Amino acid sequence: MTQSNANPILEVRGLTTRFRTDRGIVTAVDDVNFDVYPGETIGIVGESGCGKTVTSKSIMRLLPERNSIIEPSSKVMFKGINLATADEKTMREVRGDQVAMIFQEPMTSLNPVFTIGWQLNEALKYHTKLSKQERKARAIEMLRLVEIPNPEQRFKEYPHQLSGGMRQRVMIAIALCCEPDILIADEPTTALDVTIQAQVLALMAGLKEKLNTAILLITHDLGVVAQVCDRVIVMYAGRVIEQASVSDLFKRPQHPYTKALLESIPKAGRKTEDGRLPTIKGIVPSLFELPKGCRFQDRCKYKEQKCVDIEPDLIPHAFPDRPVRCHFPLNQNVDLTTGATG
Amino acid sequence: MSAPATEPAKAKFERTGKAFIKAENLVKKFPVRGGMLNRVINHVHAVTDVSFTIAQGETLGVVGESGCGKSTLGKMVIRLLEPTSGKVSIEGQEITGLDHQHMMSVRRRMQIIFQDPYSSLNPRLTVRSLLKEAISFHGIVDNAQMDSYIDELIATVGMRPESKDKFPHEFSGGQRQRLGIARALALKPEFIVADEPVSALDVSIQAQVLNLMKDLKEQFGLTMMFISHDLKVVEHFCDQVMVMYLGRVMEKIPSDKLREECEHPYTRALLGSNPIDDPDERRPLTVLEGDVPSPLNPPPGCPFAGRCPEVMDRCRVEMPPLQYRVNGQAVACWARM
Repeated sequence: MTQSNANPILEVRGLTTRFRTDRGIVTAVDDVNFDVYPGETIGIVGESGCGKTVTSKSIMRLLPERNSIIEPSSKVMFKGINLATADEKTMREVRGDQVAMIFQEPMTSLNPVFTIGWQLNEALKYHTKLSKQERKARAIEMLRLVEIPNPEQRFKEYPHQLSGGMRQRVMIAIALCCEPDILIADEPTTALDVTIQAQVLALMAGLKEKLNTAILLITHDLGVVAQVCDRVIVMYAGRVIEQASVSDLFKRPQHPYTKALLESIPKAGRKTEDGRLPTIKGIVPSLFELPKGCRFQDRCKYKEQKCVDIEPDLIPHAFPDRPVRCHFPLNQNVDLTTGATG
Repeated sequence: MSAPATEPAKAKFERTGKAFIKAENLVKKFPVRGGMLNRVINHVHAVTDVSFTIAQGETLGVVGESGCGKSTLGKMVIRLLEPTSGKVSIEGQEITGLDHQHMMSVRRRMQIIFQDPYSSLNPRLTVRSLLKEAISFHGIVDNAQMDSYIDELIATVGMRPESKDKFPHEFSGGQRQRLGIARALALKPEFIVADEPVSALDVSIQAQVLNLMKDLKEQFGLTMMFISHDLKVVEHFCDQVMVMYLGRVMEKIPSDKLREECEHPYTRALLGSNPIDDPDERRPLTVLEGDVPSPLNPPPGCPFAGRCPEVMDRCRVEMPPLQYRVNGQAVACWARM
């Protein structure tokens, strides 16, 4: 895939984030490790509460300091800076300039009392040395780049005057106006209709080509992952449980959770014989009552005593590049007919 | 007050093929007020001229993007919203003109499940009181049998017996949706409108709830209208699919033919813009230009004309009629006449 020989642009090592709550301290993200390479799209998938959003907000340091703690041992290395421990001044220079983020609901991240143009200008004013005219020209150019029709007019409009899809495109324009190295997109299309989702996904793919931005895409939609990602990280109850190239993950999932998750989506044009979907029994364990062993054990078909006693590590089994957090991973035989080695 | 209860038998239901729900030329316009005298200055054309029938025991899927009128349609079918014009009948009995008292007995037969069960369950009532309220109002069972009936209901939707003394907030999203289903089933309905019942759920939970609904549908011989924006779910769950755009029906098609035989350019675009769950078969998504037009001043002619890749002059001035094919498919498109 696009995972070239280049050095990773972002290295996440041992990222652990805890929250203080009324019921005690809870670990939402537990020892997460991964790399992001320039120009690649990497997906973080998982169900609600698995820690995918907290992971992205920890990288950006957008969590409220009042009740969240990023463990001091966590490392988020970006161009020689550890974002996990950097001071707020450094973070402000990185955020929006070199690492940008877009969120699920653009209406809550756009300021309703300022025009689109004002908000684009704000980012450019802070992070560039462009003059006022240059900033305006650049803002309009960005709006054109994200395919907003009639950008000179839209520049003067307020967020409520735009449709949902257009607002998300404006968010992308703001996020990309300083040409960041990494774009973190947290469920960017979840609130959009499919035809608008297709527009936004196509736009993101095109911009990635043009600007060589690495994209960290957080989503629960495996269809979107299949469509746009190069590599995938699967999370469950705060842990990374599997990491693989998108093709390997969909064809030969190693973790029983990944496999079950893939099976539980209704398949386009294919009906099961009795009209029922394969399901994963039970629900995700509460972060307050995590079991001692594997966190997926209560829902796993293949559970054995070892899974109850010891939590597996995230390590490669049959395939060197494919770590999985399971004592008894699936699909360990190399398929010789296709020559696939994972 | 109690309706003549048609006992849902436990045996598997035969499909008679008889029309159970029939909607004719349903229209809903919401007035928009404004100006100094707060007069009606315009209308939102939410649903325009929609007709369909659902055969006994069948499920009609209604798909479309936000604002296409699918939820409004669902609410009109069970008269939670009064249609501006048009008729709805259940087993030949027209319900659109019924007065309050007669409507009451019909209402028991038709129930609705909402997307977010939390906002439709009273947070101050325990599960037991929630269910009891409706059951005793409609006199489904008498007080002596109440507890055992509630236990049975809770077991039917796959929840633990101790759940009945809990409050809605104590449950997870999937569990709440099970409660919403139990609440709808409590009245032994024959027809259920499910409005995005699984859209707020994670995929693993979505599969559990869809399976539950499938089982119940077969067990009680339910006729259903299933509203969703997710084509894959509709294809999986429904017998027929009705595709809506800006308040109008674009295409009706049996769900097993949807992928191969759909004709309307909008249906095709919807299918093409859905990502495929297979990274090895990645293809560029169909990207439609522009957005859905405003329902305030819908364009004359076909509402899809502005985004349609096959648009012709006629499309912009005249709405194509829904033309039926021999196989039960129906298409409203000038390019497919």
